[in-house]
Amino acid sequence: MTSADLLRLVLLLPLAGAVLNGVAPLFLKHLRTRETLLGTIGTAVVAIPFVLTVYLFVTFGGDPIVADYFTWMAAGDLDLSFAYRVDQLSLLMTLVVTGVGGVIHLYSIGYMHGDDGYWRFFAYLNLFIFAMLNLVLANNLPVLFLGWEGVGLCSYLLIGFWYTDLRNSAAANKAFIVNRVGDVAFLVAMFLVFRELGSLSFDVLLAEGPNLPEATLNWIVFLLFVGATGKSAQIPLFVWLPDAMAGPTPVSALIHAATMVTSGLYLLARLSALVLGAPVVMMIVAIVGAATALMAATIAVAQDDIKRVLAYSTVSQLGYMFMAAGVGAFFVAIFHVVTHAFFKACLFLGAGSVIHGMEEVEHGLEEQGRDPSDFDPQDMRTMGGLAEYMPATRTTYLLATLAISGIPLTAGFFSKDEILFKAFEYGYDGSTYAMAVWVVGILTAVLTAFYMMRSYVLTFEGEPRWPLSDQLAPHESPSTMTGALWTLGLLSLVGGFIGLPAVVQGGDWNWIHHYLGAKYGGPVAEASVQGHVPLALEWGLILLSSVIALGTVYYAWRVYLTQGLGYDAALKRRLRGVYQTWTDKYYWDEFYNEVVVDSLINGVARKGLAAFDTTVVDGAVNGVADTAQNASGLLRRVQTGLVQNYALALTVGAALLIGLMLYGV
Amino acid sequence: MDVAPNWYLALSAVLFTIGTFGVLFRRNAIVVLMSVELMLNAVNLTLVTFSQSMGDPSGQLLVFFSIAVAAAEAAVGLAIVIAIFRSKVTVDITEINLFKH
Amino acid sequence: MDLSTAFPTLVTDLPAAFSMSVVGLVGLAMIVLDAFRNDHPAIPWLGVAALGVSAAWEATHLGAPQSTVFFETLRTGGFVAFINLIILLTGLATILLSVPYLNQLRYDYGEVYALIMFSTVGMIMLGSANNMVSIFLGLETMSVCLYVLTGFIREDEGAVESALKYFLLGAFSTGFFLYGIALMYGATGTMALPAMAAAELGTLSTRLLFWGGFALFLVGFFFKVSAAPFHMWTPDVYQGAPTPLTGYMSTATKAAAFAALILVLVHAVPGGEWQLSVAAVAVLTMVIGNVMALAQTNVKRLLAYSSIAHAGYVLVGLSAGTSAGYAGALFYLLVYAVMNIGAFGVMSMLEWDGKEGREQTLSSLAGIANDRPVLGSTMGIFMLSLIGFPPLGGFAGKYFVFAPAVDAGLTWLVVIGVLMSALSAYYYLRVVYVFWMQSADDVEATDPVRAAAFPRATVAATGTLVVCAVALVVLGVFFGGVLETTLGFFESTAMATAP
Repeated sequence: MTSADLLRLVLLLPLAGAVLNGVAPLFLKHLRTRETLLGTIGTAVVAIPFVLTVYLFVTFGGDPIVADYFTWMAAGDLDLSFAYRVDQLSLLMTLVVTGVGGVIHLYSIGYMHGDDGYWRFFAYLNLFIFAMLNLVLANNLPVLFLGWEGVGLCSYLLIGFWYTDLRNSAAANKAFIVNRVGDVAFLVAMFLVFRELGSLSFDVLLAEGPNLPEATLNWIVFLLFVGATGKSAQIPLFVWLPDAMAGPTPVSALIHAATMVTSGLYLLARLSALVLGAPVVMMIVAIVGAATALMAATIAVAQDDIKRVLAYSTVSQLGYMFMAAGVGAFFVAIFHVVTHAFFKACLFLGAGSVIHGMEEVEHGLEEQGRDPSDFDPQDMRTMGGLAEYMPATRTTYLLATLAISGIPLTAGFFSKDEILFKAFEYGYDGSTYAMAVWVVGILTAVLTAFYMMRSYVLTFEGEPRWPLSDQLAPHESPSTMTGALWTLGLLSLVGGFIGLPAVVQGGDWNWIHHYLGAKYGGPVAEASVQGHVPLALEWGLILLSSVIALGTVYYAWRVYLTQGLGYDAALKRRLRGVYQTWTDKYYWDEFYNEVVVDSLINGVARKGLAAFDTTVVDGAVNGVADTAQNASGLLRRVQTGLVQNYALALTVGAALLIGLMLYGV
Repeated sequence: MDVAPNWYLALSAVLFTIGTFGVLFRRNAIVVLMSVELMLNAVNLTLVTFSQSMGDPSGQLLVFFSIAVAAAEAAVGLAIVIAIFRSKVTVDITEINLFKH
Repeated sequence: MDLSTAFPTLVTDLPAAFSMSVVGLVGLAMIVLDAFRNDHPAIPWLGVAALGVSAAWEATHLGAPQSTVFFETLRTGGFVAFINLIILLTGLATILLSVPYLNQLRYDYGEVYALIMFSTVGMIMLGSANNMVSIFLGLETMSVCLYVLTGFIREDEGAVESALKYFLLGAFSTGFFLYGIALMYGATGTMALPAMAAAELGTLSTRLLFWGGFALFLVGFFFKVSAAPFHMWTPDVYQGAPTPLTGYMSTATKAAAFAALILVLVHAVPGGEWQLSVAAVAVLTMVIGNVMALAQTNVKRLLAYSSIAHAGYVLVGLSAGTSAGYAGALFYLLVYAVMNIGAFGVMSMLEWDGKEGREQTLSSLAGIANDRPVLGSTMGIFMLSLIGFPPLGGFAGKYFVFAPAVDAGLTWLVVIGVLMSALSAYYYLRVVYVFWMQSADDVEATDPVRAAAFPRATVAATGTLVVCAVALVVLGVFFGGVLETTLGFFESTAMATAP
């Protein structure tokens, strides 16, 4: 089999899985409860592609392989085909998608046990993997867009998976609408590229794109970046991601932490040659990334819902990656994508395992005749002491926490340190904004270590805080789930060795740089830096990061172990308004709802829509859609149902049309 | 020919406008129907005028078709108005607004 | 004109009118048959056969060279064959979908099918017109039949009301339209489209006469394709008309009217002076269609506003004024016809009463997909394609109307179009959401589904929907050949491209 055939299998197996899991049980209802069968198929169609990708990865020769399956269209001046590109970047991303994806599928077998929509869940997950593979393997913008939209759709379906819960469908809609805003920018960028270059293929785009006039290039890159902010949850389009946690936890791990949200980064890395030609936009990218990283990290400090902490942490880490892209270090961004996929997936799955356990407690409370409605299985305030009950979950969660905090020699340490170093290096080279970004990065690193350790201690250490904790005990999750946790936990520990810092062996051991970097023949370009940071300073920076990580982790561990929730209260007292702002997420949702939506609406009567809002929209009223609906309230009053009003509109329209037509004569 | 073509054109424009206003402001469906017919006939006058003044027959050809179409429309229109009258017992078109918004 | 050759010419040109004659004659035969045996069950199948044969005939003529027949009143060739194919296949689908629907209502009158045939004849003439007289005749033949079809359920107050609205406004717009033709004729002295382009518009008054006339002429077309602000009849009429026929109105009518509009723009006014006007109408149409659709609770009304929005997208392609824009618009018409006839087809199978059905709200169909998976999944595909979701036909279609507009320097227009199209996801997805993700318990029981009263799904009707859904996937993936064909129409010498 040639590489192209293997690639075909890699792409088509998840699709086949989605069709099998989705269509057969739809018509044959007795299949819907065959969980082992459904779960095995669902996992196998991701695991086999992983094995195949490993083979492709090992045998990869260094030159990009373009597999052109069939011509999508070749009419006029547009030549488009279903072409996929195997190179270092896409191979690495495919490994992450199928590898981490496979582990998460395995985990889901246990996690979704007993759910009515078991079959649907696996169908959606498989479809997601297919779309994501299209996204990372595409060799032209339309195929990438196909994946881009596909992952958006799957994310919508999976966030709203438990659709009986109104909150979920609102979250799903919010995610979809916000993402569509980003997609608009993406599409317009695509049209511009086609107008300027007459082709949408990456070969042409990367070869000729950098020669475009700078103004055009700026626009294209800026629009692509706006598209990326939607998918990758950056300011101002990040608001959907925390809400997206309403979906099942494996979904949060797979889509909203490890893979889909990184697709914006992937896009920038893929087109890095173009991005480097637009330094103004790069500055915007870096600043937006830094602002997002800091903002989300502060919010995460003040959250009590374990999944929300992780969600804001994801937003913050994505900001980190954009910081790296903004200083021209795209390969480092991808490095962080990889390590982040390991530890964040591990954290989410660990949180899922915890929630599983706490739901057991919830059922126990119900059996004891207690009202469980005010018990939230995701609230860290009612956890504590779980280390005793869930040892495997605890250990893996701790490993991932140490990794994300940047404890030396863990995966997060290397990738995060490299980002900070690159920002510093770029700043050292004379770029003021990069220095500012570096400072923000350091601050964020402190906050990250703090809130992650907080979440660990509040969840696993200390005394149990749930009601009747002497009678009700949660249990460790089944082995399919803990197996997944161990895999990811170990990867969070050692995954960073693919990118040892430049200071070690003069960068010769930095495998990922050699693998991806354009100057070693890889696909990812990078900014060239003139001035060299002295070796001693470089070691000093590494020391600084280590000290920060270790110090903060130790501090958080000590205060939360001794004071528990009391320290939160103390923080709240000490910081007052600031803390409240963090708890309320800087009022972004309020900003969107009240400032953007309401101010546009106040002039427009809401009459007649009230009934509609409550019964039909199913509570899914938010943002853009709400604005437009209220605008339609005004328009609806024109549509009176009276034939003569219509005739009048027609006549006025005819008069205007005549005027417009004669205007040019 | 004694009268300049412009006078015919002006007349037909006036007739067309009268027809338009009839459609816009009369409430009786039958009268509205008649106003539409007036508009079509005003156009016929324009067509015949142009055709005559330019010595080209295709304008008059269209007039024949237009008359035929107007007849068909009148037949269908009256049938619809009768159906409306049967169900609503009125031909006031301001009272016909079941569908709106 | 030497009349001695007139008759032989007519005879040699007859094959060009194959579809028109077959469909028209079979329509007449239906009426005769209906007279002998009222509502003969074979009548729809007669129509299916005639439309099928004609469609096959047109399919073999897709590569034919562009030419004119019948003393340059009609055109033949690939462009005409392509449009006729859309019209005929839409008609075919409409008949197949109407049978169970009308049976359920006990309104399976033979003349309904005959009227579908006659209006199809009008559409074919409209789509192959090369002369203002042909355009007028085609448009009116089509419209008069549609007025009757809208209101043939006489006992239903709603259907009759929508017929009256459609008729009055249609006749009113015909007045403008005809006046426009008259003024253009007065300015150029000809009714033939190519001769209009060749005519000298010397003085200012002639130019004013011509362009004023052209604006009025456009009013007639904008009315038929329901472009804003001439669209207001659309939701009311679509809601009241029998559902499968609404599908027919929203697809075949638009295809024919847009085809004639393209012919006029290419042949009669190739200069592109109209670009701003068409672009302005496109903006208004897209905005009003999408924004209004957001607020609809009735699915048919929602689809009506959606069809207004889609007319706006086609107009974006037209306003580019290039052969790529026209070709994209033609391709879009094909995709649009497939997805819209499908969407209305699904709704016709989920309506329990022609009279109360028009009150049918979206929420009454909560969870319907679990009971009717075929309808649910095809509707899902239609909705996703209407959003413009890759890799379905709707995405390819939107791409090929938007891209030429960007090339023509109308980036602002495309930005509005893409934004509006993004907004549309909201209401289309709501349909998918209600169909699949809700259950009847989630909604208030004020509007219960009476599933037993749904039309009985026939194999032919369900098959039509499945074919439409599959076609959308195919058109989204393998559209190259189709688009190349449509581009070919505008690159051959007979059909000059606009500057």
